[in-house]
Amino acid sequence: MTSKLASEQRTSLHFNPRKTATTTSDKVVGAVSHTALTIWSLIVILPLLWTFMSSFKTSSEIFASPFALPSQWRFDNYIRAWSEAGIGSYFLNSVVVVGSALVIVMVLGAMCAYVLARYTFPGSRAIYYLMLAGLTFPIFLGMVPLFFIMKNLGLLNTLPGLILVYVGFALPFTVFFLFSFFKTLPFEIGEAAALDGAGEWRTFFQVMLPMAKPGLASVAIFNFLGLWNQYLIPVAINAAGPRVLSQGLAAFAGQMGYAVDFGALFAAVTVTVVPVLIVYIIFQRQLQGSVSQGTSK
Amino acid sequence: MTPVKTRTSRNDGGVTAVVPESAPPVVKRRRKPLTWDKVSFFAVFLGLPLAIYIVFVISPFAQAFYYSMTDWTGFSPNRNFIGLQNYGKIFADDIFMKALGNNILLVIFLPIITIILSLVLATLVTVGGSSKGQIKGLRNSSFYRVVSFFPYTIPAIAIGIMWGQIYDPSNGLLNGILTSLGLDQFKSYAWLGDKSTAMVVTMFVIVWGFVGFYMVLFVAGIKGIPAETFEAARIDGAGRFRTAVSITIPLIRDNIQTAYIYMGILALDAFVYMSALNPGGGPDNSTLVMAQQLFYTAFTKNQFGLASAMGVVLAITTLIFSGLVFLVNRLTGGSKDVSN
Repeated sequence: MTSKLASEQRTSLHFNPRKTATTTSDKVVGAVSHTALTIWSLIVILPLLWTFMSSFKTSSEIFASPFALPSQWRFDNYIRAWSEAGIGSYFLNSVVVVGSALVIVMVLGAMCAYVLARYTFPGSRAIYYLMLAGLTFPIFLGMVPLFFIMKNLGLLNTLPGLILVYVGFALPFTVFFLFSFFKTLPFEIGEAAALDGAGEWRTFFQVMLPMAKPGLASVAIFNFLGLWNQYLIPVAINAAGPRVLSQGLAAFAGQMGYAVDFGALFAAVTVTVVPVLIVYIIFQRQLQGSVSQGTSK
Repeated sequence: MTPVKTRTSRNDGGVTAVVPESAPPVVKRRRKPLTWDKVSFFAVFLGLPLAIYIVFVISPFAQAFYYSMTDWTGFSPNRNFIGLQNYGKIFADDIFMKALGNNILLVIFLPIITIILSLVLATLVTVGGSSKGQIKGLRNSSFYRVVSFFPYTIPAIAIGIMWGQIYDPSNGLLNGILTSLGLDQFKSYAWLGDKSTAMVVTMFVIVWGFVGFYMVLFVAGIKGIPAETFEAARIDGAGRFRTAVSITIPLIRDNIQTAYIYMGILALDAFVYMSALNPGGGPDNSTLVMAQQLFYTAFTKNQFGLASAMGVVLAITTLIFSGLVFLVNRLTGGSKDVSN
């Protein structure tokens, strides 16, 4: 550390009287920065840790003191939340809905983006603006008509209906992101594939799609988070259907007013948070990378 | 056929690759509409996604404008066209206007607070290092970035429920901390139950959820600025603060604009947070937002025409807001003069 500072001093062109003055100011700034960032990190982590800790407490322990550790690490709360409160089946529903929607939207989005990016045809501009509209307007605008569309199609309160709507609303983002990605892939490769006798289908699935993997991965992570966290769509068009996790969690918290089972509630929140946290930690680098990527466009 | 062609196209970029076949020189255009391969390709690749998109996204948006001018109450087939009456009703409705006011409050404060906080943190991370030599970030700063980004990944409903418990008057974390610091007046203070604090603490929850995301966004933006720019500023004698205000912020102005719009759109929605923290709209409707009122009007009161009109108002407010941000950014100089 000190040697580094010293070497940096040498290259400096600063006017001020050197060494000691600037080093202390650097140290102060460094310390202040670290302190501020640490405080924010604590503000982020403490609530999560507290929730996690409380998920092991009994109700009486929770009432006794918000800080005390649970007297023993029991999983009763998790068992109650998982089976009695139905969080387990909500979790499975979420996995099914988000999993299917994710696969479908990635395939359809990639196909649509590919066509828009690589071919010019009349109407392509219109489609582009149509996609933009989907990104601009709040979901709330379409909520009432959507409810009746689902009702008329017999898809209201069903998981397939939910999957289709998820696909629809995740599509514009997917297409926009992948659109710019497919634009960057060299055209010669598509031509080479065509000349080698590959049809349009084969070119896409065997040449283009594998090349788009990094882009697909980034979009898939964002879509996963967005869909897993989606709350409004299920409560609007799936209110009486098999619940997904976010919806079930809210319902569970809603009845808490009558029968207080805070421990199970904390357990339910933990169950909801942990999967996304795992996904986040695994893909953390990629996720932050794609946030950065998005800005440079 | 193929090997010859590939080779020529590789050699000279495919432009003059007509020689070997003596086929008509116009290669591409002619072939397009003919093959089954191409037709099926377009039908599936474009048709399928667009069909889903139009049915489930675009058509609801379009229908909403029509429904908003009817007196439809849902389940009966007859609805009358009543022009703009619903809009008149909405703007005469004190509760909806209160909700609109709350949304405006959110749209003013949420983006500003979030952006300032995340800008400060991003600046600390990127230029908090030594003021000598190469421009350096703070040491070990990736830890802070990873941690701050956490909340962005957590479902909003879980964030809301979690903070609802933290704000709990008797056994919440916040009052626990405050009383253990000796501030006994907070012993059973209901943060969400008092109309003077409900909105503020609710805003904090949303800020908590998004600061990390924008911090990462800004860090990326700042890292995109060439180091020479900072060095030049330093040689000219600019201190850290001056550099941040006169160099960093103008140069990542576009990122800030994007952040402002995203955050504003979120503030105009805010449905999840509000319904998790104060499902009924809070004390004196102090945290009620338009989206909640829309949801209630539609799915509890079944006044679908009226609710659609609320949706239109919400959408138009969103568009006006985005337009304003663009306009202000343009009027105050935009990014052009700085970055070029």
